Amino acid sequence: MSQESTEPILRVRGLHAAIEGSQVVDGVDFEVPATGITALLGRNGVGKTSTIKAIIGLIQRTGGTIELAGERIDKVPTHKIIQRGVGYVPEDREVFSALSVAENLKLAERDEHPNRQLVEELFPDLVKRSSQAAGSLSGGQQQMASLARALLNVNKLLLVDEPTKGLAPKIVQEVAEALTVAAHSVPILLVEQNLSVVRQLAAGAIILSGGKVVHRTDSATNFLDDEALTQRFLGVQSEEALEQAAETTSGGIV
Amino acid sequence: MSTLILLLITGVGLGALYFLVASGLSLIYGLMGVLNFAHGAFLTLGAFVSWEMSRRIGEGTWLTFIITLVIGAAVGGVFAALTEFALIRPLYNRHIEQVLVTVGLSLAAVAIFEGVWGTDPQYTKGPEWFTRTTDVLGAQVPNDRFVTIIVAALVLLGVVLFLKKTRYGMIIRAGVENRSMVTALGIDVRKAFTLVFTIGGAAAGIGGVLASHYFGYVSPALGGSLLIFAFIVTVIGGLGSLSGAAIASVVVGVLQQITNFYWGVGDFVVIVLLAVVLLTKPTGLMGKTA
Repeated sequence: MSQESTEPILRVRGLHAAIEGSQVVDGVDFEVPATGITALLGRNGVGKTSTIKAIIGLIQRTGGTIELAGERIDKVPTHKIIQRGVGYVPEDREVFSALSVAENLKLAERDEHPNRQLVEELFPDLVKRSSQAAGSLSGGQQQMASLARALLNVNKLLLVDEPTKGLAPKIVQEVAEALTVAAHSVPILLVEQNLSVVRQLAAGAIILSGGKVVHRTDSATNFLDDEALTQRFLGVQSEEALEQAAETTSGGIV
Repeated sequence: MSTLILLLITGVGLGALYFLVASGLSLIYGLMGVLNFAHGAFLTLGAFVSWEMSRRIGEGTWLTFIITLVIGAAVGGVFAALTEFALIRPLYNRHIEQVLVTVGLSLAAVAIFEGVWGTDPQYTKGPEWFTRTTDVLGAQVPNDRFVTIIVAALVLLGVVLFLKKTRYGMIIRAGVENRSMVTALGIDVRKAFTLVFTIGGAAAGIGGVLASHYFGYVSPALGGSLLIFAFIVTVIGGLGSLSGAAIASVVVGVLQQITNFYWGVGDFVVIVLLAVVLLTKPTGLMGKTA
């Protein structure tokens, strides 16, 4: 494993993808290292979620290549990509609201010996609510269930799309901690709008604009510290605003 | 009063037949987004094959009747599974083409049935008990109505247990809600497609056998005539909802019987009910939103 760790776990080359005929991913190139958390950043609507969905074939890939641990997956159907060891935590959580929490988790178990212990340690709330319908959970609890579905299995890569979206600051921190724990054992490609969470978690970052990669960095922190770059690619106003956002979400002000 | 009771029970019996068709339609639409116009053909073939078998093994006994129920289920299920595999699957995610191919199959199937069994109705003969009546609060209710209702209730119970207690049932319930997320958990949802077609086809096949006793005959048009009302039931109940289909089946069956008997406007009233539901609650009584 230590020998392979210099090889990227995911290699995306010239990826194109379309939704109902319109191009939403337009020649994306990037690599995800085999360890740590890599952030996928950009303004709203630049194709972050579409890129994630295209990687696992949830939207139609119209060109380019994708390699997972050195194996091509760009022609492989979604369920087989997941079976090869990809955990997907979608934007807006997408738990099955009519199913119980336990059923949601059971459905996600791919391995013969799923890691229930880790999930129970990270999200004790879910154990208490296992017989409850997932649709009756709070947004934060649904996010926990959605993360738990991915963490139950041994994965080569986690794709996590805006896990803190719409959550209260305290829950944001819980999600960040869960991702930190997960990142010890699996590399993560993380789409995240909350820049203080990005600072806290991400090693490298990939920045998208207009369906293309416009910037890559090995240090997400350095990128976020560079006002000219964040202004240009993320539309963030100033470093003060960033600091303020950071304090707000870490619970300093609220 | 006794007339009303007779109409009620007969209406529930008719609703039971609608349910046996509508349950499959609803599950198939809910999971796959396909309106299956060939569903009536599953019913008709189940009825014809069972009628042929009962003539060979001896009509008029309970044993024959039970065997034909099993045959009806098997024929409907296999026909439906083949349909999914050979016609629906190659058109994966092309919903309009999928619907068109089921329309084509339904037309071709009726033509084939007419070629094999002719256009005249073929009369059925059930156990002698079927032809007698039972007194319910003064109403003389034909016994085959009870059998229809009980068998449909057992099918409902069986399907509900399957959906609640088995892994595939869980996959189907999850898939009705969000199919792409099911695949994103690493599950091959196409197996569930074949399964809902098989279950839906088996229920329709059982419905075919029961309908052939309820109406007293089998004809190539049997499935099509029930299918229209089953579609209405499915829409009223909410596409994708099994319990919605069950409730709407009974409501439509009873309403149709009563208004037909007194004013002869049963079909019209059902269409009006459909319009009212679509205008006031477009997702149906228990349908998922959007």
